[in-house]
Amino acid sequence: MQLTVVYDDTQAQVEATPEGERLWLAPAELRAATGWELKPEGACRDDVCVPVPPGAQLARAGGAVDLVALAALLSRPVVHEDTEHVWLVGEAAEERRAALESLEAPDFALPDLSGTVHRLSDYRGRKVFLVAWASW
Amino acid sequence: MPLAIALDTRGAEAAGPWIERANAAYPCLIDREHLVARLYGMVNVPTAVWIDETGRIVRGPETAGTSDAWREMDPATYHVPAQARDELRTVRAIYLDALRDWARNGPASVHVRSQREVRDRLPRLTEAAARADACFRLGLVLQQRGRADAAQRWFQEARRLHPDSWSIARQAWDLEEPGKAGGPEFFAAVRALGERTYYSPIDMDGMPR
Repeated sequence: MQLTVVYDDTQAQVEATPEGERLWLAPAELRAATGWELKPEGACRDDVCVPVPPGAQLARAGGAVDLVALAALLSRPVVHEDTEHVWLVGEAAEERRAALESLEAPDFALPDLSGTVHRLSDYRGRKVFLVAWASW
Repeated sequence: MPLAIALDTRGAEAAGPWIERANAAYPCLIDREHLVARLYGMVNVPTAVWIDETGRIVRGPETAGTSDAWREMDPATYHVPAQARDELRTVRAIYLDALRDWARNGPASVHVRSQREVRDRLPRLTEAAARADACFRLGLVLQQRGRADAAQRWFQEARRLHPDSWSIARQAWDLEEPGKAGGPEFFAAVRALGERTYYSPIDMDGMPR
């Protein structure tokens, strides 16, 4: 069936088969939605490959990959709202932790009121007092 | 240079009037998905991080120049008694002085922390909090699709998983009904803290309490 997979900044409409807490995608769909694909080396995305432990059951006969098993391998949480056919793969706590512990301020891109996008890294070379506030 | 981030899912509609009134000389950005909160492990506002010229965190994340003195506020009138107002003013003045000291003296400022001190004070990013963030984000997707009730279910789950996150709780209330984030439920939740703090106290010389 058609459903939406949200992974990092990507929201993709894909053909996928939900079966309880598993979500099976054809390799092309998985790659389109998440950038990940299964190779002999393991689960790979760009330059990174993560070995798949034996018995992890990421793929089944026919080649379909279980997104939930992949997410578990990556220590990422998965949540889904079936009334809207949306599955969302969140960030891994350990990745966030490691990024912060490096003390390199995580970069981001956000718009101002006029719609102009600013990146934190635009301001390298200046001291930045980053302050989060809210109207609420 | 200040870089202000509005953790406002209702975007320009909610944050715009404040930004325009401030008429700031520095960038004021709109963060509808609370991305910066996720990246830096923030759970409340205002929260600040000091980042040096090389892009390194030298202090924070920490409460940005305020304290729990605001809890003396009358929930009906939003009036803060004079003594509490004085304390808030003092806290802010000390914090701004520290900022100016850093602006002038850079790494020589006493307020700049060592790498070890920054690391020791980083927020604990737990698996539960990561799952809470995923629930919150799913709620945002549903909110965008007009599924407000379904969104609130996921916000509730996010709050259950990460009860310390005031930004999740208050944004969820704000989406349910503008103003609710400062209404009776909010004040009840703050009272329920008892002796626990709403804002983590700022660890800086001269701060009251």
